[in-house]
Amino acid sequence: MDFFEPAYLVFFSRWLHVLSGIMWIGLLWYFNFVQIPSMPNIPDNEKPAISKVIAPKALFWFRWAALATIITGLSTAHLNGYLVNALTLGITVDLGFFDIDGSQKDTAIGIGMWLGIIMAYNVWMIIWPNQKIALGIVSANVDEKPLAARKAMLFSRTNTALSIPMLYAMVSAQNLY
Amino acid sequence: MNNPLESLSKTVLIGIILTIIMVLAINLIY
Repeated sequence: MDFFEPAYLVFFSRWLHVLSGIMWIGLLWYFNFVQIPSMPNIPDNEKPAISKVIAPKALFWFRWAALATIITGLSTAHLNGYLVNALTLGITVDLGFFDIDGSQKDTAIGIGMWLGIIMAYNVWMIIWPNQKIALGIVSANVDEKPLAARKAMLFSRTNTALSIPMLYAMVSAQNLY
Repeated sequence: MNNPLESLSKTVLIGIILTIIMVLAINLIY
């Protein structure tokens, strides 16, 4: 096997994409299915173990895995030659000089890619800045903290909801269409 | 409890409904 042949590079890029994607969505589901619902049941004097130790560590891997997933996802789409067709949702466009010939597979992977991009945007632009305030990583007023925590939680929940159709779109594009 | 996203089970339900809408839309287009 030639490790530098295109087929292997496509596979290798997808493997990195799956690795980072599991790290990202795994931690997203940890926050939403385990950590957030457990917080009310943890005594106040023990809460810092979560907010000062575990959550910052989990958030570190969470946000960088999100970025890695997007980069390796775009490189996988590019190496497979469907990056533009997918980002245009497989819509067939013929402008004479610019022809996009879409397919059901492109539509499915395209929806998955846009959902993933929206989710990564939420991570870096909304969840992480608000978590920094909520966890006291940056200084803020005392009354700002609950608002920031609620906003981060709601966008984390948004990503959890979006992760379900996102994974359906990704897996169906590769296996169904 | 006004926002359905505050409930984990409602969040999962929203995700499933979005998935069904997406699948129906793809089937309708093609």
